[in-house]
Amino acid sequence: MHSLDKQASQRDAARGPLAAVMQRVQRSNIFLPLVGLVVVCILMSFASENFFQFNNMMNVMRQVSIIGIIAVGMTFVILTGGIDLSVGAVMALSGTIAAGLMVNGLDPSIALLAGLGVGLGFGLFNGVMVSYGRMPPIIVTLATMGIARGLGLMYSGGYPISGLPSWVSWFGNGRLFDIPVPVIMMLLIYFVAWVVLERTSFGRHVYAIGGNEQATRLSGVRVSRIKLAVYGISGLTTALAAVVLTGRLMSGQPNAGMGFELDAIAAVVLGGTAIAGGRGSIIGTLIGATLLGILNNGLNLMGVDPYVQNVIKGGIILLAIYIGRERRA
Amino acid sequence: MDPILTIKDIEKSFIGVKVLHGVDLDVRAGEVHALLGENGAGKSTLMKILCGIHSPDTGTITIAGQERAFRHYDDAVAAGVGIVFQEFSLVPYLNAVENIFLGRELRNKFGLLDKRAMSARAIALLDRLGVQMDLEVPIGHLSVAQQQFIEIAKALSLEARILVLDEPTATLTPNEVEHLFEVMRQLREQGVAMVFISHHLDEIFEICDRISVLRDGHFVGTRAVVETDIDQLVEMMVGRRIEANFPPKPEKPPKSEVVLELEDFRLARDHAPGGFRLHKGEILGFAGLVGSGRTETALAMLGAHKCASRKVTVNGIDRNFREPADALACGVGLLPESRKTEGLVTAFSVKHNISLNNYGKYRQAGVLIDGPRETQSTLDVMGRVSVKAQGPDTPVETLSGGNQQKVVIGRWINHHANILIFDEPTRGIDVGAKAEIYHLMRELTEKGYAIIMISSELPEIIGMCDRVCVFKGGRIVRELEGDAITPENVMKHATAGESHALAG
Repeated sequence: MHSLDKQASQRDAARGPLAAVMQRVQRSNIFLPLVGLVVVCILMSFASENFFQFNNMMNVMRQVSIIGIIAVGMTFVILTGGIDLSVGAVMALSGTIAAGLMVNGLDPSIALLAGLGVGLGFGLFNGVMVSYGRMPPIIVTLATMGIARGLGLMYSGGYPISGLPSWVSWFGNGRLFDIPVPVIMMLLIYFVAWVVLERTSFGRHVYAIGGNEQATRLSGVRVSRIKLAVYGISGLTTALAAVVLTGRLMSGQPNAGMGFELDAIAAVVLGGTAIAGGRGSIIGTLIGATLLGILNNGLNLMGVDPYVQNVIKGGIILLAIYIGRERRA
Repeated sequence: MDPILTIKDIEKSFIGVKVLHGVDLDVRAGEVHALLGENGAGKSTLMKILCGIHSPDTGTITIAGQERAFRHYDDAVAAGVGIVFQEFSLVPYLNAVENIFLGRELRNKFGLLDKRAMSARAIALLDRLGVQMDLEVPIGHLSVAQQQFIEIAKALSLEARILVLDEPTATLTPNEVEHLFEVMRQLREQGVAMVFISHHLDEIFEICDRISVLRDGHFVGTRAVVETDIDQLVEMMVGRRIEANFPPKPEKPPKSEVVLELEDFRLARDHAPGGFRLHKGEILGFAGLVGSGRTETALAMLGAHKCASRKVTVNGIDRNFREPADALACGVGLLPESRKTEGLVTAFSVKHNISLNNYGKYRQAGVLIDGPRETQSTLDVMGRVSVKAQGPDTPVETLSGGNQQKVVIGRWINHHANILIFDEPTRGIDVGAKAEIYHLMRELTEKGYAIIMISSELPEIIGMCDRVCVFKGGRIVRELEGDAITPENVMKHATAGESHALAG
């Protein structure tokens, strides 16, 4: 039966490499998100002539970067069939502590590393509770969401911490080769995540656990360890997003990131990843996050009332998931 | 006698692949009609068409003289078709009565649940089957057989005149099978038409009146049981005569080194301690009734199930496995009992399922997977266990049961593990694939692998195993070797277990 395969590939080859790529895209789960992205871009370019300008595009991507980076870790978690609700609060805590340490005279780069440590630590704590404590992720991360938010407010007394060294602003507002630093950071993180998911055994096991956790465990994969790592990754990417946020706001904001967990989950799901795990892709998440960012930007450019924007975005997410839902024969 | 159900000239294609080529079937009231065929022959598809889950491309279904076109399962139910699926559609937390009336509960004049009336009707239905059971407990606590009776009662409560039983005996013990047959005979006398799907020819000869055979989506023919025999049916099924199923055993079981030893093993606190030894190059059978603790013992050994005490030694070294990954690190692997829920990641391709636990083999630059090498290795394995699939990237969910099982076996062939536990390796797969798996197991032991085979099929235990541990009530009650491995011996110890001493 291998000849069938051969025939198919010969057919593909005859139609040229572009056709082959198109066919692969069409079969993969990023096809629909991609179509969505193109449709939204076309609509937006009609709605506003400024939309396709380089500066506006870069602006959109910079706005996307924070949710986009958080959504990387969220993709790992959701692929295993879990969820991480603590990301928004952990981002605020991580940024607040980093800012506080800087203001108190700690070397700023060490303070930023400490902020990353806080994120990673919270993620690993979530992971221990989920994989070794055998508690449902939604409850664990709901609880740690409250804990992180509370700790951030305790640490800062509820006020923003400002007065940071000016170079920290580079992470939020700087440019490299005319491209905003947050965008470069985001794309780098996506590239690393893509390599990990597509080309390492760890990545395969992440998908396998979401596909069938019991089968994966019985086949001799250390499922608990991988789940632990996945929540650790989510904490780490959240803390990386906090670095960008701190740079942009030039302060530690204990109240930042409210509701970011929902935006990150929306980006993942819009990108074609199954909420039950096992199927999806990191490229899809990048498309999903961009789609959300473009919607935000476009609705702003069109001058839509912010209250109405929420309703429209919610409706579009529902519509997208309805179109992309798994259909059974 | 006029048939109550006539299926004529059904054709069906899925995404361009024709799976049924003009299938006919007629079933009479008050008969048990066997539907026979290898896996992938089209039995399940045909039954799904009969109960409205799929619609046929062409052809007709006539029930009691009236032509029917089912668009939903509900249409089929309304026309008197009841189906007992292999995987039950019962809610484990509800009791028998609640399950039978799920979604159409009886109400009293206040609009509240009329529990008394429902209980009374449930008892009447179960009486019709001639069975009794506890109606109060959640059915998750009942045996598989009892759940099946509830499933049948549910179908009858919907006035089913045609009952489809899809491999009902696959998970039953011999006693339970006998009980099920009693129920079926009772229903036959009440004029219910039954379509019975089973891989066990002996069962078919015991209970059925007529037999229809499908092969590769084609209708081969219908025979009355009294006019046919096993040889003819097997030939109709496979289109060729099957040679002796089992590869020859080695003359004298090799008494080579012990590779795996379990001592002081107690599944539960009140059990007497027991254990076994596994030698290099042998196949050790775990025989016993369903629920006798064979799978639990194997899982407990690997750290995937609770037990009261155990001492595991692999190649002379004490091992305290906490999870299957620890066992794998010592070269001990498990092929789980249930392919779909424990064996395969169904969303994965053949390739990804085979390399699931063995990416270390394709390391490149430290951490990355070497894709071409993975593909090449997958192709080798697919060839060795003869998986029939378009290619390494075919999703496993599109394969037949036998091919799926070969993928699970392939995963271990690909691995360096050489102590393998096969839990029901041939359940639900066809005759040809079975023979291939048997030969493969022998090939492995000749290479020095040691294999434990957990099986509920006696012929398989007798035909394949060098030694046999017989389980009863969670313990090994007897070890048999050589000529002592007879069906009578195994059954005697599995059912009676009169000997409490562990024979060496």
